[in-house]
Amino acid sequence: MATRGFTGRAHRERDPRLPPGQYDVGSDWPVLTAEATPRLDPDRWTMSVDGLVENPHTWTWEDLHLMQQSEYQGDIHCVTTWSKLATSFGGVSVDLLLDAVKPLPSAQFVLATSTTGYTTNLPLSHIVDGQAWIVWTHEGRPLPREHGGPVRLLVPHLYFWKSAKWVTKLTLIERDQPGFWERNGYHDLGDPWLEQRYQGD
Amino acid sequence: MRSVAHPNPHAVTLRLDVPDRIDHVPGQHYVIRLTADDGYVAQRSYSVASPPSDPQLEFYVERLEDGEVSTFLADVVEVGDELEIRGPIGGWFVWTADHPALGIAGGSGAVPFVAMVRHARDVGRSDLLRLAVSARTRADLPYADELISAGALVTLTRETYLERPAARVTRDELAALTSAEATCFVCGSAGFAEAATDLLMAAGVAAQRVRVERFGPSG
Repeated sequence: MATRGFTGRAHRERDPRLPPGQYDVGSDWPVLTAEATPRLDPDRWTMSVDGLVENPHTWTWEDLHLMQQSEYQGDIHCVTTWSKLATSFGGVSVDLLLDAVKPLPSAQFVLATSTTGYTTNLPLSHIVDGQAWIVWTHEGRPLPREHGGPVRLLVPHLYFWKSAKWVTKLTLIERDQPGFWERNGYHDLGDPWLEQRYQGD
Repeated sequence: MRSVAHPNPHAVTLRLDVPDRIDHVPGQHYVIRLTADDGYVAQRSYSVASPPSDPQLEFYVERLEDGEVSTFLADVVEVGDELEIRGPIGGWFVWTADHPALGIAGGSGAVPFVAMVRHARDVGRSDLLRLAVSARTRADLPYADELISAGALVTLTRETYLERPAARVTRDELAALTSAEATCFVCGSAGFAEAATDLLMAAGVAAQRVRVERFGPSG
């Protein structure tokens, strides 16, 4: 149903990089967090991968910096309808962490946990093969605190609440278990191209 | 659309009749979705200002000069129009008047607290809710009269209010309103929310008791 009188912005060429219902936020980067922003000391922060794996492991800030670094260049999409196009993040691929811990065949899902207690769930198949990173730089500079700095998860093909800020742990599990927003009305998977914003989409 | 009012030049208050409405919880929001004839869609989230008991759903929308949705809602929408909405949404930034709460708002971040104030009054638990609302001037403060009569601390950054000189809200002002068992709800721009949560922490509030709703210039 069309809305009476609504034509939208002066007729736009819609950028093909924008998923349905999203708009280009340009150089801005809005902050969305449900919690108070923590002050994390990188020297005391660790990154663990545990649960259904052969060798659970914990990395320090320094450990991760000694691994092969990789960069994501592309777009990110927030469920609140902004997208940030052609941006970049640097860190390590989650593949490297998974290679080290060796997921068991029964592992199907992942619960990401932040230092704040924030959680989000993902199918394991969505964080392998170059789809997910642990990142600490944004466009070449340290990741700002309000955007999850010093370190966050990056899963750019899903809505950005899946890219847990201040991530500290990935737990591999057999059965899906909803995280923070997923318990609070948001979609379980969150594919922006399918507009999976809320439960029932 | 049941009514359209302009409480100040920068905002519009919309009241809608919603068939088969699901009761919301104070603090929840709806998505308002606009569709052009060619199928183009723009949508934004807006907090509900009305309590669950209200037969209509009320939204207060700040008109952002470059906001595609808010300028349409403020300038074009008329009584009798149909709008596509989706909700209620959100299960985190909500309060059901069942335990003490402190609401801290910057500008149009006051809107969810209007729903909380009205709901607390409906259920006879106004004693559970304390409020600190901030704006540049009194004219910029949404629902100013209603929030003031609910006992809100008003902090204005550009003009004196009663005896209080123009200044940002302080740690001591917030500390005086918190209690050990209260949940602190912070709603405002990203900058305001960041500053207010820092003040709460400095006042000794545990991070686990703080719930934040930030909004950006997202129109």
